[in-house]
Amino acid sequence: MSESLRAPHPYVRSMRGWWRRDPFFVRYMLREATAVGVLVYAVILTTGVVRLAQGEDTWNGWRAALRTPWSVLLHLVLLVAMVFHALTWFEIMPKTLPAIFIGGRRVSAATITRGGWTAAVVACVALVALAWWWGS
Amino acid sequence: MKRSNAPVFWVLFGAGGMLAALLGPALVLITGIATPLGAGLPADLLSYARLAALARNGWGKACLFLIITLFAWHAMHRIYHSLHDLGLRTGALAKLACYGGALTITVVTAIGLLSLGF
Amino acid sequence: MTEPRTVEIRVLRYHPQHDAQPAWQSYTIPFDDDTSVLQGLLYIKDELDGTLSFRWSCRMAICGSCGMMINGKPQLSCHTFLRDLLPGPVRIEALAHFPVERDLIVSAGGFVSKLESIKPYLIPREPRALAAGEYLQTPEELERYEQFSACINCMLCYAACPEYGLNADFTGPGVLALLQRYNADSRDGGRAERMPVLNAEEGVWTCMAVGYCSEVCPKRVDPAHAVNQNKATSAADYFLRFLRPKRDRHE
Repeated sequence: MSESLRAPHPYVRSMRGWWRRDPFFVRYMLREATAVGVLVYAVILTTGVVRLAQGEDTWNGWRAALRTPWSVLLHLVLLVAMVFHALTWFEIMPKTLPAIFIGGRRVSAATITRGGWTAAVVACVALVALAWWWGS
Repeated sequence: MKRSNAPVFWVLFGAGGMLAALLGPALVLITGIATPLGAGLPADLLSYARLAALARNGWGKACLFLIITLFAWHAMHRIYHSLHDLGLRTGALAKLACYGGALTITVVTAIGLLSLGF
Repeated sequence: MTEPRTVEIRVLRYHPQHDAQPAWQSYTIPFDDDTSVLQGLLYIKDELDGTLSFRWSCRMAICGSCGMMINGKPQLSCHTFLRDLLPGPVRIEALAHFPVERDLIVSAGGFVSKLESIKPYLIPREPRALAAGEYLQTPEELERYEQFSACINCMLCYAACPEYGLNADFTGPGVLALLQRYNADSRDGGRAERMPVLNAEEGVWTCMAVGYCSEVCPKRVDPAHAVNQNKATSAADYFLRFLRPKRDRHE
């Protein structure tokens, strides 16, 4: 061969846009993105605490802001984020636990996930019921 | 191999994530949708009288503090790692911005709740 | 006799001394209902282009040699069938997240070093004489580690793991699954020696629970479970270490 040879080197491929290459990764990034929703809600609540500490008038100003259409729309988006977070959280939960055996048989991941979802539904219903009782 | 300090942030991430998974949807529904619209829950549920009483109660303070701060630490931990996933350089500055943000929320919330007294 | 069916195979070729970067090359090959992708590659090498380079050995999904990206997913080429990839073209490239040495061959040295670092062998709790006889194990004790012992070191999980792709120092799913295989074996007493690997940033703490590793594993090892259950173990070790004497602190 007359062509000149390069010094041999392994080729390293780029990771740019890696998460767009597969639907599995897109779903993962959406799961991680729910954190933005959790953060926004935490900031809203923090603002609420500050407004509460500043007195009744400022507190009612914060409540009024929550009554605007933009705020309700934002909270609908946050609700979607929270629900998707809860769904995916309990999907991963079995992976973070050691293998659980009951009566000599292994408890399946699906059972643990469904248990988590059930706990979330029960907790949410209980909290709403508590709020309703508090306001009655 | 050097031991990582990740467990500190991971435990906070886990606690906040569990709380958000169990109570997040209901909290958003109550504070941001049902009460403002007066739909299903009275529109005056979050009156000053009620919330001030809740925030002045020791247990109420603890609940508000834990919900707000654990949500913040959970979110910032995930956001910090997502920045890395997106290919951004996540050095000390990114860490400071993210966890510093969670710390800010923690401090502001603590000061606010304590200033309301008991 | 009817014409044999054909399918187009596109391979990402790379020669380390001739090429600045990889480039696609197309081949058209005959196939039938039981032709695997590996058989397709072997046809190309035998009949069309002897320069095509790839690893393979057992042809039956047990040696772990033939991992590659087939239509963008990490798979064993001996275990993937052309009948399922129709109408084609079938895109084949070297396993993702590894440096390409040539064509479909990747640099696997890093993986091997990491495997060595976790002491992948039974470390007895105390010395045991032959006269003591064999270890006895209940079915439940076996179930605690059997799944992780199915690993064939094929590295598909590394090709699936974006955190490994972003940070090649990550110990990674396969090696950590094997670490768990030994820690979970009732015959093993080496957990303490393996803790520093778990506790490092490049140990369990680079894992973000993406979970794709467990999806692609041809042996259903579930490395995601192995890694993530050890986050709690590592965290417990982190917080409780000061209750232990200094020499047992795994620093």
